[in-house]
Amino acid sequence: MAKLYTEEKNVTTDMYPKKETIDFILSYSKALKIVQVGTEKMELHSN
Amino acid sequence: MAITQLPDALLVKSYIDGNEEALAILINRHQSKIYGFIYSKVSDKDLANDIFQDTFIKVIKTLKGNSYNEEGKFLPWVMRIAHNLIIDTFRKDRKMPFFRETEEFSIFSVMTDNSPNIENQIILEQVENDLLKLIDELPADQREVLEMRIYQDMSFKEIADLTGVSINTALGRMRYALLNLRRIIEKNQIILTN
Repeated sequence: MAKLYTEEKNVTTDMYPKKETIDFILSYSKALKIVQVGTEKMELHSN
Repeated sequence: MAITQLPDALLVKSYIDGNEEALAILINRHQSKIYGFIYSKVSDKDLANDIFQDTFIKVIKTLKGNSYNEEGKFLPWVMRIAHNLIIDTFRKDRKMPFFRETEEFSIFSVMTDNSPNIENQIILEQVENDLLKLIDELPADQREVLEMRIYQDMSFKEIADLTGVSINTALGRMRYALLNLRRIIEKNQIILTN
């Protein structure tokens, strides 16, 4: 059988961050409040 | 329209107004592109996750702090933040490590200079001069073979041809030259090391 000199195209699989990373970001967002005090912005983190 | 179908700009507005679900949708929508971009630059999954996380922490702080003013261009904006963080990471890694001299640790224990210092150079010169004087004490035939072999790097065949003796004789003269040198050194307790 004749040899094929073409290569299969590299299949790129989608890449995703870890679930833990996403969970952390969403929890961080829920816990963070930014309030304006005068000209300053203050970060408040609630656990 | 279902919230998952909303364009980025409306999701951003909804998130700024307090809808946490909007952020989850934005992340879900763009995570592959953003993470893939970061990974393509750093080629390390853990580092890519860290940078992805830091990127969104910056996004969250900017949106919640009402500092976002790029409506309609959410993804390019996030990509730019990720890009800047990747550059920061490379810069941090390229910095020279800083060592502080302590009682337990000295930088000179890991950094050495193998070239001889002035004292060692002087000692080496003296040793070489002493050795030349010792060689001068040898009988002429032995001195001749030793000088040709050691200082002129000649083979015993070449020495034999040049001095008109057999190779075995040349070898024997070399052997006696070394034995005599050793004997003189031991007898006079000469130290030829630095």
